[in-house]
Amino acid sequence: MADAEQDAVGRAILVNAAASSTGSEYLTGASSGALPARATRRPRASTVLLGAILPIALLAVWQLISESGVIPSYRLPAPLTVWQAAIDLAQRGLLFPDIAISTQRVLLGFVFGSILGLVVGSIIGLSRWASLLAAPTVGAFRAVPSLAWVPLLILYLGIHEDSKVVLITIGAFFPVYTTVSGALSHVDRHLVEVGRAYGLGRLSLLARVQLPAIIPTVVSGLRLALAQSWLFLVAAELIVSSLGLGYLLKESQDNGRIDRLFAAIILLGLLGKLTDTLIGFGERYLLRRWT
Amino acid sequence: MPALSVTLAGVSRSFAASGRGGASGRLAASGRGAASGRDAASGRGGATRRVLTNIDLDIRAGEIVALIGASGSGKSTLLRQVSGLDTPDVGSIQIDGTPLVGIDQRCAIAFQEPRLLPWRTIESNIALGLPRGTPKADGAVRVGELLHLVELEGARELKPSQVSGGMAQRASLARALARGPGVLVLDEPFGALDALTRLTMQDLLLEVHSAEPATILLVTHDVDEALYLSDRVVLLGDDPEAPQGSGSGIRRILSVPGSRPRDRADATLALLRAELLDGLGVSSHHRPAPSPSTTVRLDSF
Ligand SMILES: Nc1ncnc2c1ncn2[C@@H]1O[C@H](COP(=O)(O)OP(=O)(O)OP(=O)(O)O)[C@@H](O)[C@H]1O
Ligand SMILES: [Mg+2]
Repeated sequence: MADAEQDAVGRAILVNAAASSTGSEYLTGASSGALPARATRRPRASTVLLGAILPIALLAVWQLISESGVIPSYRLPAPLTVWQAAIDLAQRGLLFPDIAISTQRVLLGFVFGSILGLVVGSIIGLSRWASLLAAPTVGAFRAVPSLAWVPLLILYLGIHEDSKVVLITIGAFFPVYTTVSGALSHVDRHLVEVGRAYGLGRLSLLARVQLPAIIPTVVSGLRLALAQSWLFLVAAELIVSSLGLGYLLKESQDNGRIDRLFAAIILLGLLGKLTDTLIGFGERYLLRRWT
Repeated sequence: MPALSVTLAGVSRSFAASGRGGASGRLAASGRGAASGRDAASGRGGATRRVLTNIDLDIRAGEIVALIGASGSGKSTLLRQVSGLDTPDVGSIQIDGTPLVGIDQRCAIAFQEPRLLPWRTIESNIALGLPRGTPKADGAVRVGELLHLVELEGARELKPSQVSGGMAQRASLARALARGPGVLVLDEPFGALDALTRLTMQDLLLEVHSAEPATILLVTHDVDEALYLSDRVVLLGDDPEAPQGSGSGIRRILSVPGSRPRDRADATLALLRAELLDGLGVSSHHRPAPSPSTTVRLDSF
């Protein structure tokens, strides 16, 4: 009885996760996890080309619109202007420090958050007691809109790296925690029983049976966590920072440099896509190895 | 490990009558499934459905006992009690004279389904059965022997999804053998095999048994298989006198005469066969006329 409720709650949390800001990311992640055949397919040149059609078309339309003068350039800079703004920033040595520090913050927060999510998710997913005791609390923390932590973090940790990395850690933690704890309680009972029958203790059961069984779900949780990490990075940097792409956004806004604003947005998109692709490679490897 | 005796005394097991089964996923996963699963099932005011009732059985060390009975008569449930995956509500089980507490490493089980870990190769699935702390080199040798034994050398690098049902079942058998158990518990080990492989595997099991004696308790739906392999055949089923839902008990125990290897066409076996089919509620068309002079020993309950 209690278990049925537990599962229902677990599913509800999962659904919540899907419905939050990065919902569509989550869904695509989950479906590629469920379909290893699709996920393990190697991207071919034709796939890349097809995927490039739309961005190129967008660029073309953007160029046409800005040339036509329908929208004034202080509202919509031409692609070339944006490109030049980026080059200009790079030449003054202002761009790469921003990219580097933002990437560093995202990666640190993502790694800490994922590890924490994996550990806490495993404990709560496996132990009935831990779940009864801690799951509601973790759920409540999850319900706090994460930006609400910002003032507190700044108060406690100052405006330096720590507060930003911690905020991103919080952002990365929940998707991993939710997927891991949810998936662990649905691992095939028969396989778990095989592990027990052959003398595996709790930890080796986790390492040899339960975690391998949920690898596809974990990977989609990680992808979601990475997307959240970028989201929280920008939030943190917009609010308080003196370096980073979020800061570049804010500074450009303050100075009315809409070309830089565009450059920063595009850079964030590219970086997010790049890191997601890297995880995609990891996913392919893991799915090949573990399915 | 030498073969070990198994003693069941008054073993009964009930499950919650409705809804989710006793040992739920989380409980089973937590490693406390056996004990707390039962509390969830039979305790707290729910109606219970009795599956096994008052099973007494003494199995000598090295004996092969075949368990037959209709589908749903609790054969798998009984095996789960013996391997310690589940605990009887009433009664006790002893292996080699010591009471069974939880999962017993002297016992190895091959489940009714192959239950191979899908992400591991056949080879490393079999290696999972090795006793904890087996040195790596010894383990590899042992797994190599087992792969040869169950004729899966060609499939060692394949994943379970890439092999046939029969191959998976042989791998599951090899995994149980890897343990070198004192008690080998096999749930329809040859169920998914074609008739020919089945005969080969039966002989293989007997070879293994004479090379490394273990006490074997196996479930089968095949009466001929039971008679060919076992020393005794235990027929599990409902008591026709008892009210419905009072659980299966041992209806008959037949001692199979002669020593192994047996002649599959033996006439005395044919008699026993009819007897067993009758006990299963299947009338044998080639039933010999019942005669009081039947030489078969029959311990009827
Ligand atoms: N965990 C469980 N929870 C509830 N009921 C159970 C559980 N395990 C077994 N049963 C019930 O016990 C009865 C016997 O099941 P069991 O699997 O032992 O049958 P079996 O003799 O092995 O049948 P088959 O020949 O079809 O494999 C069934 O009615 C089944 O529903
Ligand atoms: Mg069964």
